[in-house]
Amino acid sequence: MSSAVLEELQVRSRDDVNKAIKEEHLTGAQILLKALEKEGVEVIFGYPGGANIPIYDELYRTKNITHILTRHEQGAVHAADGYARATGKPGVCLATSGPGATNLVTGIANAYMDSIPLVAITGQVALGLLGRDSFQEADITGITTPITKYSYLVKDVRDLARIVHEAFHLATTGRPGPVLIDLPKDITVQKAEFKYPPELDLPGYKPRTMINAAQIGKAAQAILEAKRPVIFAGGGVINAGASKELLALATLTGAPVTYSLMGKGAFPDAHPQCLGMVGMHGTAYANYAVWESDLLIGLGVRFDDRVTGKLSTFASQAKVIHIDIDPAELGKNVVAHVPIAGDVKEALSELLKVLKAKGCNLDLASWRQKIDNWKREYPLRYEKSGNVIKPQYVIEQINEVTKGEAYIVTEVGQHQMWAAQYYQSSKPRTFFTSGGLGTMGFGLPAAMGVQMAHPEAVVFNIAGDGSIQMNSQEFATIVHNKLPINVAILNNHYLGMVRQWQELFFGKRYSHTDMTGQPDFVKLAEAYGAVGLRVEKPEDVRPALEEAAASPRAYILDFVVDESENVFPMVPAGASLNEMLGR
Amino acid sequence: MKHTLAVLVENRPGVLTRIAGLFARRGYNIDSLAVGRTDNPLISRMTIVVDGDDRVIEQVSKQLYKLIDVIKLTDITNDEYVDREMILIKVNADPAIRGEIMQIVEIFRARIVDIGRNSLIIEATGDEGKINAIESALRPFGIREVVRTGKIAMSRGPKHKNGKSQELL
Ligand SMILES: Cc1ncc(C[n+]2csc(CCOP(=O)(O)OP(=O)(O)O)c2C)c(N)n1
Repeated sequence: MSSAVLEELQVRSRDDVNKAIKEEHLTGAQILLKALEKEGVEVIFGYPGGANIPIYDELYRTKNITHILTRHEQGAVHAADGYARATGKPGVCLATSGPGATNLVTGIANAYMDSIPLVAITGQVALGLLGRDSFQEADITGITTPITKYSYLVKDVRDLARIVHEAFHLATTGRPGPVLIDLPKDITVQKAEFKYPPELDLPGYKPRTMINAAQIGKAAQAILEAKRPVIFAGGGVINAGASKELLALATLTGAPVTYSLMGKGAFPDAHPQCLGMVGMHGTAYANYAVWESDLLIGLGVRFDDRVTGKLSTFASQAKVIHIDIDPAELGKNVVAHVPIAGDVKEALSELLKVLKAKGCNLDLASWRQKIDNWKREYPLRYEKSGNVIKPQYVIEQINEVTKGEAYIVTEVGQHQMWAAQYYQSSKPRTFFTSGGLGTMGFGLPAAMGVQMAHPEAVVFNIAGDGSIQMNSQEFATIVHNKLPINVAILNNHYLGMVRQWQELFFGKRYSHTDMTGQPDFVKLAEAYGAVGLRVEKPEDVRPALEEAAASPRAYILDFVVDESENVFPMVPAGASLNEMLGR
Repeated sequence: MKHTLAVLVENRPGVLTRIAGLFARRGYNIDSLAVGRTDNPLISRMTIVVDGDDRVIEQVSKQLYKLIDVIKLTDITNDEYVDREMILIKVNADPAIRGEIMQIVEIFRARIVDIGRNSLIIEATGDEGKINAIESALRPFGIREVVRTGKIAMSRGPKHKNGKSQELL
């Protein structure tokens, strides 16, 4: 061979080798994004900073993942949470180290309490700076240990792909929840071969539980013997996608169905067997039905104190069947006579089979009669008024204008409870609210996540004038990304829910719940480039809602409502379910 | 009632924090917690003594089992098991009374592991009762320092017998 040919060959092979190295050895940031793509991630909500610049640099190159720049990390995590609730897929958010990471904490806790699959990625100072109180260092894995399903600090770039894979697996399987990955800056620039491990090695994690056939048999028997059964559906039914099975159980047994706040949408509100929500602000008929039931069938619920009221008197005549994916929920608050650990959908399918085989033929006529009487005697009601807008009326109108087909997000407070009471949901994953943590400021960013998941849908965030100010910076994100979100502020000039407690339990001492000094929400909308409308008369409610729902622009509707309106019925904290005020 | 839990965990970073943190935030009482690696360097075993009624212990077990790092959890309280604790006691020991102390050490089949000018360090292993007894026998001499390991325990025979393994319901 001539030396020229030889040289050329060498050059070519050197290029090949270089290319091969380039292909196989990726930086941590590249590995992260490649792994996210492999997990099917389409959108990330995030905020940059020093520690995650290399990740952002890589995002700049990435075509398949949309990044939404929120105006606050809390906005990013709630948006990811809203996206997860709307789609059932894990939400992903990204923040820098230190303050970026700590700004995620509320949103992570929120997702944890409501069992929402979420992967939070935080930048961290370089490994060599860890533990020295370095600039923008926060021990975020330590801070979030009690509010995550798991948290990782990546110490070796070679572990990164595996960790991402594990994180998504943990977030989405079993009882879903948030997982955090803390990624030191030097790891994002170091290189390693990209290998996506097909198998996971988590010997301590066995979320799949076999449905125990004997327990299903016992549950079926209890149902066949019941005279006054009540089905109680929670967020777990929605997470498990078990609405069809729930409807089948209700149809087969004829039992009335109530739900927790997180269970709203699992069963159609318009169904004749639906009792609406149970608990502190549940309907009187749901509370009475649970109170007098002889069998309570809890599906994907955790018997939160907002549901049970005084535990010792809760459903005290009832046998309890409790089905939940998380065995630790069984017997945590309420003793279950028939505990069943497992996926609600699978368990219900098994239960339905057994019930059908046994010939399920319950005679619930007198129970139904009793419930119908309660429904007639104690309906949800409010005093209508001709000249001042009642907040409940606004919700009813949203329901009518959108024909119950809107995606409803809420903030936290009275408006949230009215939304749960008066909006008629027909489908799962259409009503989104912070149930467990009760996070004011959740609604607006969560609405962004919901709208990202369903670009064509009509999305309403039902807000209070207090809550809306907790993440109002996200109006900028909404307008910039042309998200046609509608915000309906039920403006009572108060932190209404707290004011209600002060009125009822603190001798009307309204300490610091008067919101005097509000911004002009119409001007605020305009400042952000959205449309703002102030609505002061009942007859203007409907046209405003119609305009907003039809428009492709973001709307802020400032409904000036009756300041003194309270949410009823109300079971005072710690009281029994039959001790309702204002039923 | 006191329960003894044998917990196998993965040796991942933060595992001890996760377990201790769980006890703290859910308000369970840890009596003692002893931890060390097993024959498999990737796996540690913890012996946790918890005080509580059956419902509390059931919740503790379920919540522990939920932790990703927890591989296996066994309540061996009602098993036949061997348990040991170790204590090191530094006790005042003027040369004049050393003989007396040495007698006590012998009775308890403990050992003297260090001799200072005016003190001795005594090492003893045994169940909790024995350890308590040797501590109180030495107290009159003036104890300067005590360190105890907390209880470690192992079921007798090839496998634990009555121990309800928390393999879900
Ligand atoms: C972040 C946060 N801080 C405080 C609270 C306590 N809190 C619960 S409801 C409420 C009032 C909410 O007021 P607003 O948003 O105006 O709604 P309204 O009750 O008037 O409908 C407050 C302060 C909370 N839930 N979340």
